Amino acid sequence: MATASSEYSVLAEGLRKRYGDKQAVDGLDLAVRRGTVCGLLGPNGAGKTTSVRILSTLVRADGGQARVGGFDVRSEPEKVRRRIGLTGQRAAVDEVLTARQNLRMFGRLFHLGRGTARRRAEELLEQFSLQEAADKQVKGFSGGMRRRLDLAASMILAPEVLFLDEPTTGLDPRGRSEVWDAVRALATQGTTVLLTTHYLDEADRLSDRIAVIDRGRTVTEDTPAGLKRAVGGDRIEVVVADHADLPLAREAVARVAGGVAPETDEEDCRVHAPVREGVAALTEVARALQEAGASVLDLGLRRPTLDEVFLRLTGQGAQGPEGAAAPAPGRARGAAGDGAESTAGHAVGHTAGNAAGNTAGNTAGRARAGSAGDTAGDGTGNTVEDSVEVSGK
Amino acid sequence: MSSGIGSGADGHPGSATGTPTRAADPRATGAGPRPADAPAFPAEEGGQRRLYWAVADCLTIVGRDLTHLLRQPSLILWQLGFPIVSVLLYVYVFGSAMNVGGGADYKDYVMPGMFAMTMAFGFMNTAMSVVVEKDRGVTDRFRSMPMARSAVVTGRGVSDVLHAAIDLAVMAVIALIVGWRSDGGVGATLYAFALLLLLRFSLIWIGVWLGLLVPNQEAAGNLFAIAFPFGTISSVFTPPSLMPDWLGTIATWNPVSATANEIRDLYGNPVPSGGSWIEDHAATMAVVWPLLITAVFLPLAVRRYQALNR
Repeated sequence: MATASSEYSVLAEGLRKRYGDKQAVDGLDLAVRRGTVCGLLGPNGAGKTTSVRILSTLVRADGGQARVGGFDVRSEPEKVRRRIGLTGQRAAVDEVLTARQNLRMFGRLFHLGRGTARRRAEELLEQFSLQEAADKQVKGFSGGMRRRLDLAASMILAPEVLFLDEPTTGLDPRGRSEVWDAVRALATQGTTVLLTTHYLDEADRLSDRIAVIDRGRTVTEDTPAGLKRAVGGDRIEVVVADHADLPLAREAVARVAGGVAPETDEEDCRVHAPVREGVAALTEVARALQEAGASVLDLGLRRPTLDEVFLRLTGQGAQGPEGAAAPAPGRARGAAGDGAESTAGHAVGHTAGNAAGNTAGNTAGRARAGSAGDTAGDGTGNTVEDSVEVSGK
Repeated sequence: MSSGIGSGADGHPGSATGTPTRAADPRATGAGPRPADAPAFPAEEGGQRRLYWAVADCLTIVGRDLTHLLRQPSLILWQLGFPIVSVLLYVYVFGSAMNVGGGADYKDYVMPGMFAMTMAFGFMNTAMSVVVEKDRGVTDRFRSMPMARSAVVTGRGVSDVLHAAIDLAVMAVIALIVGWRSDGGVGATLYAFALLLLLRFSLIWIGVWLGLLVPNQEAAGNLFAIAFPFGTISSVFTPPSLMPDWLGTIATWNPVSATANEIRDLYGNPVPSGGSWIEDHAATMAVVWPLLITAVFLPLAVRRYQALNR
């Protein structure tokens, strides 16, 4: 009965769900290893929430299969419910009751005996650092406290699987870090966490593995580092103060770039190229430039952000990473040409450019590398808006 | 699941997973589940435990709702705002100009009407509670839990009837203050209040159904557009026989009128009748209407609740 559950806490195959004429989930596959945190990453409307609702037995799938905690969500929903906790997009706790009353009530509703429910409430108040606020009404709680109480309520049965649907949406930075700490602590204790988010840094920080989903299906699934690698490794970047120093910089960068010609932005006095041994390259370029007497404004290593992974993987349809890369240059050029639909097209162009030389698709994408480089130079915070800006140039 | 103890192994998450890292697990501190906790996880087993938890879960929900009332008693006054203002308005402002025929004192006519109207508006409270819980994700949380699914609805029902009883008690005190009296016996008076609660009970299902139907709290507020004519186009304020024919007919067939007229009779208050069939059978209709409403809207509400699966 619980055979598959020994390794995977969540197993989904070909899940489908249609709402009206919108295919919300379209053949989603997912496997989450026991005791790990899996981030479900995707744009709004990608099917993240619907997937979680199917897996947490709230909604029946039209097709496909899913086992959670070793039990089928369709045929054994009650068993699944005893093994999961769910924290939805809004903190589903009672506003009028106190934190303690909330946890006792949920304890009873999880069918704990009265005494057990009471003990469990105390344990959870402590575990989620809510003792001080235990006898205050929830309506006076901060967003972070409310979320922690919400998490505590999900953890009453110490479930095998915890579903978190955008757990930090609408929270201030402090609230977010409170929730992150709580989720990390749960993961350390062995709870399997399936987390949906559209915050890339959140997925990056919390997840062992990330499944990128778009248009209702899994586009790719990897570790955060693996996803970044797939887009491209580190790039070294030099910004010099004077145009006259550009050739020097280019020479220094070329020496560490292992045969790849560095790209140059004349306007910004910037030179950049992909590198393997990031730190060694950094040291060498620094020394070379110093010896040549170039005045350097900025010198650094730039890693691809998950934003880039995200845009690259979801901006171009969902055929999987390899197949997806091929049509990218075409669309990117189209966007460059008429300036329309710049978001998707440019996103593709710019990430493809960054990853120049990494895969076949990317090589073709180098046609766009020049303008993509503009964005790359902005540093870490690459977003859709950056790409749109580029398209205006 | 077959039955009985045999299902214990997989019916017990603690023993099924047995992850040692979960020290906080209330069922499995140390080597195994504490015996004292064993009966706490019976839901996958026999039907008797299922029934036990269906009742226990219902009471837990009721307990929560009562805590709400205790924590914010002003809620009752807010919800009774309209009936209370109506009492003042109709007894003291319009009262002297009102003539319901037969030389009856208007406050004796209108007070039972107010009771019935309060019950009629009650479905708004139900609908609002349902929407708020749905909006805040509480409904989803409950549905993701191993609690009895019926408890969400039965708990709502019991809470709302209790709430309505409190509303009625407050209204009765106000009525006594303005000089209304029941001349019926104790039994008849209690039966009258029971009929009022029966009406309110039947409206719970309309409330649940509407609450699940409307998209959000704002939309639920607009339900007053239904509640208002439902409560007032009736025999509550004036006898339908004094209304234009078409409106009078609608008013007499309004379930609220049947209850209002029947309790007037039970309280020994004046019951002006236009002599129509429906008015002559108020005693029957005060029971039949609520049963009919329940028969129609209870299944609709349940189906709507199940449709949340889709």
